[in-house]
Amino acid sequence: MFKSLAPPEYLATIDREKCIRCKRCIQNCGWGVYSWGGDKVLINTSKCVKCLRCYHYCPEEAIEIVDNPTRFKQNAYWGYNHLRNIKRQAETGGIPLTGMGSDLPYTILFDSLLIDACQVTNPSIDPLREPMELRTYLGKKPSSVEFEKGRDGKLKLKTKMPPQLKLSLPIIFSPMSFGSISLNAQKVLAMAAKECGILMNTGEGGLHEDLFPYRDNIIVQVASGRFGVNPDYLNAGVAVEIKIGQGAKPGIGGHLPGEKIPLEVARARMIPVGTDAISPAPQHDIYSIEDLRQLIYAIKEATNYKPVSVKIAAVHNVAAIASGIVRAGADIVYLDGFRGGTGAAPSIIRDHLGIPIEHAIAAVDDRLRQEGIRNEASIIAAGGIRSSADAAKAIALGADAVAIATAALITMGCTTCGKCYTGNCSWGITTQRPELTARLDPEVYAERLINLIHAWEHELKEILGALGINAIESLRGNRERLRGVGLDTQILDILGVKPAGR
Amino acid sequence: MNHDYQKDISGCGLTGLISRKRRRIGGADIVKSLCLMTDRGNGLGAGYAAYGIYPEFKDFYAFHIMFDEPSVRWTLEEYLKNNYHIEKIEEIPTSPVKAIPIAPLLVRYFVTPLKDKMAGDIQEADFVVNTVMKVNSEIEGAYIFSSGKNMGAFKGVGNPRDIAEFFRIEEYEGWTWTAHTRFPTNTPGWWGGAHPFTLLDWSIVHNGEISSYGINKRYLEMFGYKLTLLTDTEVAAYMLDLLIRRQGLDIPSACLVLAAPFWKKIDSLPEGEREALTALRQTYGSALLNGPFSILFGHSKGLVGINDRIKLRPLVAATKDDVTYMASEESAIRAICPAPDKVWAPRAGDPVIVNLED
Repeated sequence: MFKSLAPPEYLATIDREKCIRCKRCIQNCGWGVYSWGGDKVLINTSKCVKCLRCYHYCPEEAIEIVDNPTRFKQNAYWGYNHLRNIKRQAETGGIPLTGMGSDLPYTILFDSLLIDACQVTNPSIDPLREPMELRTYLGKKPSSVEFEKGRDGKLKLKTKMPPQLKLSLPIIFSPMSFGSISLNAQKVLAMAAKECGILMNTGEGGLHEDLFPYRDNIIVQVASGRFGVNPDYLNAGVAVEIKIGQGAKPGIGGHLPGEKIPLEVARARMIPVGTDAISPAPQHDIYSIEDLRQLIYAIKEATNYKPVSVKIAAVHNVAAIASGIVRAGADIVYLDGFRGGTGAAPSIIRDHLGIPIEHAIAAVDDRLRQEGIRNEASIIAAGGIRSSADAAKAIALGADAVAIATAALITMGCTTCGKCYTGNCSWGITTQRPELTARLDPEVYAERLINLIHAWEHELKEILGALGINAIESLRGNRERLRGVGLDTQILDILGVKPAGR
Repeated sequence: MNHDYQKDISGCGLTGLISRKRRRIGGADIVKSLCLMTDRGNGLGAGYAAYGIYPEFKDFYAFHIMFDEPSVRWTLEEYLKNNYHIEKIEEIPTSPVKAIPIAPLLVRYFVTPLKDKMAGDIQEADFVVNTVMKVNSEIEGAYIFSSGKNMGAFKGVGNPRDIAEFFRIEEYEGWTWTAHTRFPTNTPGWWGGAHPFTLLDWSIVHNGEISSYGINKRYLEMFGYKLTLLTDTEVAAYMLDLLIRRQGLDIPSACLVLAAPFWKKIDSLPEGEREALTALRQTYGSALLNGPFSILFGHSKGLVGINDRIKLRPLVAATKDDVTYMASEESAIRAICPAPDKVWAPRAGDPVIVNLED
């Protein structure tokens, strides 16, 4: 067979002195790196993705995975990935795929923003001793409310409030479909969402019946492939999301290969087993904002007016698009920045289209305020939220809540190796191979994800306390409490943030 | 939307009193009460507001205007004449005070909007608010610091005693008084920056730093307010104007917005009330004043005192006969009312609401 001229990225090595030939590495690797040679473990290092499953399961610490020291000649312009992709394309004529969010070194604005803290003139608040409120309601808010006095002299609401989604903290799980991830991974999300009082999102893959008990914590998604969509599905959660685009692959559709479509996935998606599930680039009944309006209201009619979220990728003109979405009747605008993850996307798209979420939040929040319609919809920000600090900064820029996916997968073992599209995930996350998915025990990993959410919850409370505020709504859009470091005047202007020192 | 502003921060002392029976009380009491709290100010700002002081012009808006340059006065008056009937113009009476060598030109106008200038179905109050916003943000060197009927604010850079003498406060008689001494931590040394801050009949004195200022400001901007002073107090004043005058909330409900009860408390209420308060917080989250504050706000029908939701600033109240007193310190009350009928420290977020009898 022709040997690829793209050299292996990683070298899997086994210390033969330490190896006890237990074959656990062979068993654990979903990539086929290891095999049994009769008296020792053989290694095909070109298949290694450095997911570190074997490393963790080697009882003797005999395994080491190192970045291949043999690289193309160092070149600041013709980078490693350029050469590698060209060689692969020359060999296959195809589009190199990738998973996860872009890892290219674009400026990360979150890392150039610092949060304020109280000293003397206003006291900081100790979250261990004082109440600290993170509760968030997503949905359309009226611009004012009217009351009447009840017979008992107490306030009685006269205004009819639009439906609200209650979150015990402003973090939800981003959409990841059954098919792109395993059912066990979805169960982890659902169990954690329920325990933490937040929401998970089905993504475009229908809803497996095992998730029915979690309906109070589920947003169901409708996307361009309309997989699994029927009236029961639309009513199976607390809200419906129309997916227009995804941060990692704005403007293009999705492709779940037939290899990832066994019976269970096929049933949830309502398609034949083993067929490719192709989501078209646009929704073919939405070619304009007025078409979107029709779908929003069709869904509202079908669900007795549950909140409808519209998810878009953050693109250059995101502010105007978001304004249109709000005016079209959406209750929630979900913004997905270009760092957002994906199960499969052409790397050329993932790495070069869209804009960062930080710019998008600022632009959309500003625009909706200028137009006096900020109360008409909540903003969810997603696309590379790595920590509670990122979440706090996103909220201070103007988001109502953030959505996380990669961070949630990392609690399940993910090491961001970026090979989700292959269906070989050794951690049992982005695969449908039963021997791999079986190793992701939902109860065990739900506990880890719950721990993460609780940890971030504590951190957010500490941040609020340092800021001297005790309710998350006082951080939301409060850009006065952010400062930029090393950002130029124009970016500061776009973010609506002062430079540090001012 | 300009974000590159320098916010003005200050600590303070405040005091206020109200006669429910509309008995007009001389200015000497409030001056004495305020001057007791010397530690709470640093001489860089003090002010007074009084209601019921202009009975002979009670149907006219009393614009108190300060001019950095006397020449600006003619630009301003040109604008006023085009839009208002002016009943009377006079310089605000002042006395020379040694500690105040320089003061802006201070003039008061008793005016009423010209009917034919009020385009469409604009309310008179909105017309006046628009004038205040326009003058304060567009006519450089002119600043309207009081715009209500039968009430007025008097304020400047100086200590409480000097400001009182300068404005001859003791010569006024009103049924509601509020007063304020400032401890600015960065001062522009500008007379407009002192309290009380007023808009129409609202007057606010405020002690504290609103940590939610950034979002409160942006929320108000969505409704067309222009925040020119960059103080927390301005935010509080406009918020009350928005909630009460423009959106029709009553005062107790507006207080529930500014110092919202905790969810834990709301969740424990009976259904109807729970639903009402949940909707209030959902709708007005951006109007919550978070961070330490105590506020006294006067209006044509009464006086309200309120603390932040965990009481990070002091507020004491007392009653004696028909008069209610509220101040940062009990001593400031006892200085003018040595034997009150009742003295109490209002709980965090619980407003003290006093209404004038008709």
